[in-house]
Amino acid sequence: MADPITLTINGRALQVPAGTLVIEAAKKHGIEIPAFCYYEGFTLQAACRMCLVEVEKMGKLQPACTLPAAEGMVVLTESPKVVDARKGMLEFLLTNHPLDCPVCDKGGECELQDMVFRYGAGESRFVEIKHHENEKQWSPAVYYDPARCILCYRCVRVCDEGLGVGALGLTHRGVHAEITPSHGDHLECDECGWCIDVCPVGALTSGTYRYKSRPWEMNYAGTVCTHCSNGCKTTLSVRNGEVIRANNRDRSGINGEFLCVKGRFGFDFVHSEERLQAPLLRKDGKLEPVSWSEALAAVAAKFGEVKARGGKFGVIGSTRTTNEENYFLQKFARQGLGTANIDHHRSGDVVTLLDALKGKTDALATVGDLYTTKAALVIGSDLSQQHPLLAVQLRADYRHHQSSTYVVTPGEVREDQYAAKSVRAKAGEELAAVEALREDLSKHESLVILFSDAIKGEAVGKLVAFGDSLGAAVKYVCLQDYSNSRGAMDMGLLPDLGPGYHAAPAAGMSMDQMLAAKDLDVLWVVGANPLENTALASESAFVVVQDLFLTETAGRADVVLPAASAYEKTGTVTNVCGEVQRLKQGPKVMGVKSDLEIMGLLAKELGLSLGIWTADKVFEEIRKTVHGYNVALPVIATGGAAQTTPVNGGVPVTVRPELIRSAGDTLFTSGTLGRYSKMLQGVMEAPGELYKR
Amino acid sequence: MLLNKPHPLEVKVLTRRYEYPQKEAIGVDEYVAKEGYEALKKALDMTPEAIIDEVKKSSLRGRGGAGFPTGLKWSFVDRKSPKPKYIVVNADEGEPGTCKDRIILEHEGHRLIEGCLIAGRAIGSNRGWIYIRGEYRTQIEAMDRAIAEAYARGYLGDNVMGSGWAFHLSTHTGAGSYECGEESALLESLEGKRGNPRLKPPFPATSGAFQCPTIVNNVETYSAVPDIILKGGDWYAALGTPKNGGTRLVCLSGHLVTPGVYEVPLGIPLMTIINEIGGGVWKGRKLKAVIPGGSSSPVLRPEECDIPADYDSLAKAGSMLGSGATMVLDETTDMVKLMARIMKFYAHESCGWCIPCREGTAWLAKILARLDEGAGTKKDIDMVDELAQGMMGRTFCALGDAAAMPAMSFVKKFRGEFEAKIANAKVYMPAPQTQPLVVL
Repeated sequence: MADPITLTINGRALQVPAGTLVIEAAKKHGIEIPAFCYYEGFTLQAACRMCLVEVEKMGKLQPACTLPAAEGMVVLTESPKVVDARKGMLEFLLTNHPLDCPVCDKGGECELQDMVFRYGAGESRFVEIKHHENEKQWSPAVYYDPARCILCYRCVRVCDEGLGVGALGLTHRGVHAEITPSHGDHLECDECGWCIDVCPVGALTSGTYRYKSRPWEMNYAGTVCTHCSNGCKTTLSVRNGEVIRANNRDRSGINGEFLCVKGRFGFDFVHSEERLQAPLLRKDGKLEPVSWSEALAAVAAKFGEVKARGGKFGVIGSTRTTNEENYFLQKFARQGLGTANIDHHRSGDVVTLLDALKGKTDALATVGDLYTTKAALVIGSDLSQQHPLLAVQLRADYRHHQSSTYVVTPGEVREDQYAAKSVRAKAGEELAAVEALREDLSKHESLVILFSDAIKGEAVGKLVAFGDSLGAAVKYVCLQDYSNSRGAMDMGLLPDLGPGYHAAPAAGMSMDQMLAAKDLDVLWVVGANPLENTALASESAFVVVQDLFLTETAGRADVVLPAASAYEKTGTVTNVCGEVQRLKQGPKVMGVKSDLEIMGLLAKELGLSLGIWTADKVFEEIRKTVHGYNVALPVIATGGAAQTTPVNGGVPVTVRPELIRSAGDTLFTSGTLGRYSKMLQGVMEAPGELYKR
Repeated sequence: MLLNKPHPLEVKVLTRRYEYPQKEAIGVDEYVAKEGYEALKKALDMTPEAIIDEVKKSSLRGRGGAGFPTGLKWSFVDRKSPKPKYIVVNADEGEPGTCKDRIILEHEGHRLIEGCLIAGRAIGSNRGWIYIRGEYRTQIEAMDRAIAEAYARGYLGDNVMGSGWAFHLSTHTGAGSYECGEESALLESLEGKRGNPRLKPPFPATSGAFQCPTIVNNVETYSAVPDIILKGGDWYAALGTPKNGGTRLVCLSGHLVTPGVYEVPLGIPLMTIINEIGGGVWKGRKLKAVIPGGSSSPVLRPEECDIPADYDSLAKAGSMLGSGATMVLDETTDMVKLMARIMKFYAHESCGWCIPCREGTAWLAKILARLDEGAGTKKDIDMVDELAQGMMGRTFCALGDAAAMPAMSFVKKFRGEFEAKIANAKVYMPAPQTQPLVVL
């Protein structure tokens, strides 16, 4: 950016970089210039004419949203001429606006209401018949009311520019002009609902939220989305203990206001009719609802008995439970039960990556880095399907900073739209394809390499060696599946590695070995569904499952303990980039307990002393014992994300790469949770062919 | 062929090859026989700078409505730009009352082609489009025939007249939108997008069609160029008045004895056009008003019409030369009905992009329709003026101004008629509620 220039707004001399838009210059210095169509980060429209300001030596009023500040420019934002123009615009806007504010979802958080309140006229002169069009349903998630629409084109832009989907456009003209899906009467898109979020009025409304509440009648909980590994901050709107909306309008968190369909609409599993709300105990071959004390006593009795006779335990952890729960689980297994057989579903080879990065600092990218890097290389992942936030970040980096993205994937992906180069490579041929990009990649001073489970084991080391040879500042993201896939690794839910990737005193069985062991006495599954496609070899094993639903694994269990979802508890999770964020309790579901509480109660029942089992206390212990987790508490306490620096030395790697496989979720699937979300199941895009352009 | 009888006061430059009655379009043979493509031959030996200088000297100003100096516009194109440069002809003749470009398209396409070629030479372009409104079916076909002839004779193609320079030209059909006559909306439409206007700057000379340097001019503007090159800019300029060079086509319509399209020098008195060329107001009636430059130009009362018809004089009189569509209204004209009809047109044609134009034109159309029916109040008359002022200069493109200007001038100059409508309402129409419907 060029040298700073000085302009005068309302008599105040302000210094801003040359080329700054007047609306931004004013905002930076606390002067509000109202606007509907101006939306930071997206193309300029100058359509709403709300930001007209008076500029000395310019005859006409000028739109502040497209006017670059220039040296010596004198701007008035509250002169009588400007005030009159604004009042006029609002009067024009309200002529055909239905003014059904009392029943409009947006009432209370509507930008048009706010503007009229602040700048509008006291009365309307409009006495004609209003132009009206009926409301339309575009998809289960998105409804459009053309009468309320003020045509600011925010929705069109976020869809086209932000996501590359381009599902929305404009049809008809004049007062009949309205937003129309590119498929005519319905949406075929990501169903992310970003358009609903940015809509300044109630024209676009959400299928989950419409006519359910007023914004001031809800409680808000800023937590982290529990679906994919990107770790988007989401604000749950909770009414009477029920979540009815998820969004992030305050743009706090690493995702700004972006959420995908899972984050914005896929929360309804919480209140699914199939949610388990009482412990189940197998009696005469049938699972019967019992009290918590009876269920816990049954589990404790079995655990105590097997432990006493030195029997074989198998413990499988979750990729969605909190760090605290994962830490406590491995502690429970290793110290409490004395077993080394602990594992979870691994979806990315973080272990080998951390080993390969030994001695390096600052080699792990954050979500924010994807927006600032000069170049990115995506290997083996359909990013916009599997890691929507990362895809949005890279696209924004391209739009705002002209970054270069390189893609090495087996099939077409949406990133091809803007990729500097796209290479199709079959499984196993990715590294050769990457090598062929050497010349292109070495042109850039910074590079982020994102790789899926296509790169694992030895290949990870080779990839890092390739990165080292480029001479650029290279950072890595090892792509994983779920909200705490990374945390499960960090907390040591591995047969050979304890918390912080320290070698476990004794190596135990991996997940596939546990399932195949005919002599397993106890299988304890916390928030996972390993028996979805695999049978348990040990017929006599006593199976304890903590889960939200009666999954295939829970169906085989002897005791099922109903667990709280991530939205119903506190704790921390670590996203795909190693950023720790705090969960906050939103809704309440009767009869369930958090996994931490369940484990704590079990420990008590067994007479084990594993420490205090509240999330805060366990996190304190994690901060002390797990390398890199001594992150700044104020950052996460205020809803921010703090990146961990897991290890800086070698990791004793004994993992077998074949144990690492991504579940391959798309935008509309999310493991077990996705199966119980009516919203995710209800959109036409799910779960068939990937939607690509 | 719609060509009216020529008038002795006409100065025939653009229309000099036309005969009356003109049975069919001037073909390439006839065109060449009468000095056709001579200007191109001359231009091929000139430097681009020399061509632009000649056009600057001619004081030729855009004939589409805005009257921007053509030579100056061409000089804004960066000829050294590595991007391709484009020539775009605005033949989306949509301003109500305007019918001059169709005469050229229909009768003498080769003149337009030659003008495009010279413009292309001046800015180093190899490609041009003629964007013709879709309703001009006959004219599109005539132009396509002329282009085909020009290709066959080597005036268009990869090697224009053996010079080694390539220039290609084709027609592009509009889909029926007034807004697409606005040059940036035209470019959007040409690119296959919705005809919304673009943000300016950048202007087309910097970033026009397909984000490349482009000049967009009216059919008549390009058509004036061959004679400027052939006979010199000074000769052309001398035909008109200072800063208003040459001749222009005037589309005379309304209550006249001999309406039609005539070629007149710039600066000819407006009353001469009406009384001599147009034969005066028909049926021996008195003149009530003149709309001098298309429906968007502010209306003039008879006493305001004693002025020369050129860009600057009309601007001084508070109106504009616009597209040259001069509509003459006799004493029987219902000015309220006319204004209501004009506003209905703008409400129909507003693209909907910006708030003041989209909502303002629709609102004004409703109020004016009501006033016309005798169901208005005096307050409504004031409101027409106030709302029009609220649109004026505040819309994204000039369409809002085009709708506001006539509204303001009609109310100002013919307020009595608006009031009479209310007073003389034959059927009692209840006035709309005087209390606002909505108290915020």
